[in-house]
Amino acid sequence: MGNKTALYDKHQEMGAKLVDFGGWDMPIHYGSQVDEHHKVRQEAGMFDVSHMTVVDVTGTDAKEYLRYLLANDVAKLQQKGKAMYSGMLNEDAGVIDDLIVYLMTEPGVAGEWFRVVVNCATREKDLRWMSDQTASFDDVALTEQPDLAMVAVQGPKALELAKQSVSESRATLIDQLSVFQGLESEGWFIARTGYTGEDGLEIMLPEDEVADFWQALADAGVSPCGLGARDTLRLEAGMNLYGADMDETVSPLAANMGWTIAWEPQERIFIGREALQAKKEAGISEKLVGLVMESRGVLRAHQKVVVSGVGEGEITSGTFSPTLGCAIAMARVPSATADQAEVDIRGKLVPVRVIRPSFVRNGKKVFD
Amino acid sequence: MSNIPSELKYVASHEWIRVEGDGTVTIGVTDHAQDLLGDVVFVELPEVGAEVAMGDESGVVESVKAASDIYAPLSGEVVEVNEELEDSPELVNSDPYADGWFFKLKLSDQDELNELLDAEAYNDLCESEA
Repeated sequence: MGNKTALYDKHQEMGAKLVDFGGWDMPIHYGSQVDEHHKVRQEAGMFDVSHMTVVDVTGTDAKEYLRYLLANDVAKLQQKGKAMYSGMLNEDAGVIDDLIVYLMTEPGVAGEWFRVVVNCATREKDLRWMSDQTASFDDVALTEQPDLAMVAVQGPKALELAKQSVSESRATLIDQLSVFQGLESEGWFIARTGYTGEDGLEIMLPEDEVADFWQALADAGVSPCGLGARDTLRLEAGMNLYGADMDETVSPLAANMGWTIAWEPQERIFIGREALQAKKEAGISEKLVGLVMESRGVLRAHQKVVVSGVGEGEITSGTFSPTLGCAIAMARVPSATADQAEVDIRGKLVPVRVIRPSFVRNGKKVFD
Repeated sequence: MSNIPSELKYVASHEWIRVEGDGTVTIGVTDHAQDLLGDVVFVELPEVGAEVAMGDESGVVESVKAASDIYAPLSGEVVEVNEELEDSPELVNSDPYADGWFFKLKLSDQDELNELLDAEAYNDLCESEA
């Protein structure tokens, strides 16, 4: 048996099919992954993401430490609670993990601190790496928060239904949140972030309160959703999955993460900068693209992509898109790839369109 | 526990077979198989008129999660395929033993029927795999 989140009994009660996910027994679905996917695109769904790793970064050097640790620059966080997506790179500019970092205080105040959320499957190596990097700083402390549960409530009705499920002061806070901002209310950290391409919240709260909150959300009409739907939703939204779309062997420049690298100011030193600069100057030979297949069938990870006259690539994540009704994928292909390719599906070359890796946002198709 | 109707026959690759009594059989996948597959989104079936031999790959079921081959559980000629599955592949999940059927075979060797599993033997097989 794996680790259990504080919602384990709720999942069983609600008919979840549980599978091992990075050492945790997590719901893959509660009956139908496709139905859950549609619920999130059309109404609201909730996900138990308590397996994710939360690390608080404190101390007078917290900010300078993160500016060194991450490829994106936390100095850009200029509002209390503001969140940022970043890669954490190694010296060779491979991606150790991708993460979200929140500024937990007003910017620049004494006692300024940050909260970092990293993937569960990479927890141990991340914590080791982060801890090793504190050595060059006098005053920085990392505190994991394993007793926090985390629930993502996502979908066009997520905010409205979440507000009905919380105290008045928390509902007021939800009203005040801007996109990509998280704030504390009565011991809960409520953030307007997510991994689905819909509006919604990610809420971190004490483990012993999460079962009642989950039930309140269900009573308000939010559907429980498993990690299966979470994967099809994030793929439609064109969001990377660590370990599939990038890892330590892949440069962020070949993983559609160029926008997360803060090159300015030039004097900021961050881990991987030098290697990244060298790669950029040498020219990037591969890129991460989106594939759309209009014929029947489903694109799957590791299928070969053939680009006539250019070369070959590989699908990194593929699925059937419930919203679009056809197969979609992310693939790493030669940089010279234009708008057409073929995928080797069980020995047959099937034509696909090549687009920017983003398929659906806010319930709508986002490509022509 | 999954539903395993006693009037049907089974094979280890999780297809069910209904013997129609007129020399034909109807074939589909079991409740256990559809549960393992998850939401089915495409079903690729053999052509009507095709000759298949026992154990041949005769189609593919694609779910959100994975692609899975359909094996012919018996030898014969494909006489009908379930065209409803083209527009409604989810019938495989919602009604695996009736509206979610795959194809019908006119058997070329009735003796092969003796090799099929009954419900009890198939149930034991599923439990041993669990």
